[in-house]
Amino acid sequence: MLITVSGEKKEYAEGLTVTELIAQEKVEMLEYVTVSLNEEFLQRENFDNQKLNDGDVVEFLYFMGGGK
Amino acid sequence: MAFTNEQLERYSRHIILKEIGVKGQKKLMNAKVLIIGAGGLGSPAALYLAAAGIGTIGIVDADKVDLSNLQRQIIHATNDLGKFKADSAKESMQYINPEVNVIAYHEFVTSKNILELISDYDFVLDGTDNFPAKFLINDACVISRKPYSHAGIIRFKGQLMTIIPGESPCYRCVFKEMPPKDAIPTCRQAGVIGAMAGVIGCLQALEAIKFITGTGELLTGKLLTFDALTMNFHKIALPKRNHNCAVCGDNPTITELVDYEQPACDL
Repeated sequence: MLITVSGEKKEYAEGLTVTELIAQEKVEMLEYVTVSLNEEFLQRENFDNQKLNDGDVVEFLYFMGGGK
Repeated sequence: MAFTNEQLERYSRHIILKEIGVKGQKKLMNAKVLIIGAGGLGSPAALYLAAAGIGTIGIVDADKVDLSNLQRQIIHATNDLGKFKADSAKESMQYINPEVNVIAYHEFVTSKNILELISDYDFVLDGTDNFPAKFLINDACVISRKPYSHAGIIRFKGQLMTIIPGESPCYRCVFKEMPPKDAIPTCRQAGVIGAMAGVIGCLQALEAIKFITGTGELLTGKLLTFDALTMNFHKIALPKRNHNCAVCGDNPTITELVDYEQPACDL
């Protein structure tokens, strides 16, 4: 199935969960990442159970604290 | 208010733009923008906003200029070392454009002073370097319905979003609560490329100018990220609203400001 992750469309295995995607994409600081699926924020407690489907759009949103 | 010949010439490249024109330039000259932090992001933003002829620019910073700042904080120079950043920034802005009224605040934002500080301004720019300040600015701007630009930078990356309270998702809609202290590296710990502050600070200045002149599409409901190593800009569409947001959701739990302390990291 094709999923768009951080703006890039790629092939992933059927039945992939958000937790598995996070591991596969080597997401940094995974305890603090915000995940959106099809423009809705996911609750962290649902990462394990949330299966992804063909055509889904996933974004990882990271903290950036610098500015000075 | 008619333009002087000098003003017509100084702002001619703005006035010639159909999106700005005489009308837009007048709006800029009547506008008030508050920049919180005269550092990496605040430096380029303040310089361009002063050059653009923003009527009043407030600049908030209690720090003094340090040698390690000069790699990116281009509003300060070597002979400003030891001066208050707010004063050094004011001098640079008035050097570029003496018409701009610059107000220097030698303080950091706190739960006690922030509502009063922002109350006088049309638009706020967050150029701070820590999460307690970023969350405080967000909550204060949401509570007082003040439009503002959030930004963050680290290493070769940067990101920003524009928040119009009541209309677009806020910083806390995306990032629910502060990460523990030291869980997320700071620029001091991890480094930052100086020009990254320039890129993102300039984008914040553009958002302020677009907001004031009502030009184009703002970065509301969007988080724009930039990676300098790949030169990829990526605009992340955010949900319309986060109903569970603690400050702008359906049942807000944050209705008054407190000074945030970052929980200690147990790592």
